[in-house]
Amino acid sequence: MASDDVKLIGAWASPYVMRPRIALNLKGVEYEFLEEKFGSKSELLLKSNPVYKKIPVLLHGGKPICESLIIVQYIDEAWSGHSILPSDPYHRAVARFWGHYIDDKWFPALTGISRAPTDEAKKEAIEQVFAGLKFLEEVLEKSGAGKPFFGGDTIGYIDIALGSHLGWLRATEKLSGLTYLDESKTPLLVCWAEKFSAHEAVKCVMPETDKLVEFAQMLKAKFSAPPSK
Amino acid sequence: MAEKGVKLFGLWASPFSLRVEWALKLKEVDYEFMDEDLQNKSQELLHYNPITKKIPVLVHNGKPLAESTVIVEYVDEAWPNGYRIMPQDPFERAQARFWARFAEDKCVPAVFNVSINSGEELKKAIKEAQEVLKTLEKALEGKKFFGGETIGYLDIVAGWMPCWLRMIEEIAEITVVDAETLPLMNAWFDNFLEVEVVKRSLPPKDKLYAFNRARREQFLSGQ
Repeated sequence: MASDDVKLIGAWASPYVMRPRIALNLKGVEYEFLEEKFGSKSELLLKSNPVYKKIPVLLHGGKPICESLIIVQYIDEAWSGHSILPSDPYHRAVARFWGHYIDDKWFPALTGISRAPTDEAKKEAIEQVFAGLKFLEEVLEKSGAGKPFFGGDTIGYIDIALGSHLGWLRATEKLSGLTYLDESKTPLLVCWAEKFSAHEAVKCVMPETDKLVEFAQMLKAKFSAPPSK
Repeated sequence: MAEKGVKLFGLWASPFSLRVEWALKLKEVDYEFMDEDLQNKSQELLHYNPITKKIPVLVHNGKPLAESTVIVEYVDEAWPNGYRIMPQDPFERAQARFWARFAEDKCVPAVFNVSINSGEELKKAIKEAQEVLKTLEKALEGKKFFGGETIGYLDIVAGWMPCWLRMIEEIAEITVVDAETLPLMNAWFDNFLEVEVVKRSLPPKDKLYAFNRARREQFLSGQ
């Protein structure tokens, strides 16, 4: 096995798996994609990520790296070429902050909408999602200065962190009838979403919205079906 | 007028602002500590962190940053010619960040649950805390510190535990980590508390104990 052998354990529908795939594509790194079967976890996954047993896992020369944004940072540091994180320490820290915000605050609010126990809780979650998008619109406006991406002319860390959720965001819009990426509220983000999805490092790994809707409906049916005896 | 210097918005009793202080002290950076009243947050804090409105917030030459683990990495990069906090090798860095994430996601809530429970719930919380600490122990790999011979990023991120957990053990009259239950973790606790920069920056013991004793009582009486 070559010492620079690159494998990625993942699944097509996962936004977290998309992130290292985009990063590897941006760096022009060839890798083997090991798709996990839904409903079961492979021996390799359990061995490579014994702590969380979750995808994605990057295997570089057999050494495992886990947690999607940590993998993205690793890819940025291990391979030269396209810079994913900014070169300036302050802007790097700002990018990392938004990565945390997107994963720890914004995305849980999005998934929390369908799980909200009361109408009040649902309303609050929806408000949080819109508030988060408004913050991110401001970030794009300030850092972008007319540029298409958070990273400027090219895709960067925040683009990857947020953009990987576009598939599920669109699927949620279809399933709920609510528009989250609204041109009247966040016009820059709407434009950004299109450009991001069309980028050559992204379009081949962005799951189709209809397939995600189908997947979500299958999951819902599976988990709300009465237990079989 | 360009603002110069380093300000840290925090709370004297917060383990999260303390870890930023450790990073700054290791780098020998002068800073002004702005002690916040979390029930009555200052206009300055809200101006610098309108997103989450939380401490700690570091303001370096007028530019604000939030999220303590992000700030610690920033301190390492902004003052590169000093104490080395992050490992140099990308794989080692990924490991440090992974375990730091684990420490935040699993250890923080686990220890919090120990601090606010009693009776059967407390027994359950202790067991869960011991399990996550047993997992975190793996990152020590027989070394003195997570960072090797000297403290590094993961030590700084997890370092609140030697102080806070031992304090909670005393307040609640329980044992979570000792030489029998978790010998490697226990040894790391001892070693970490002996580090010079840690020793001289811990909050005043009596004041911190009283604060946490009151907090525990508040939670218990709310049950």
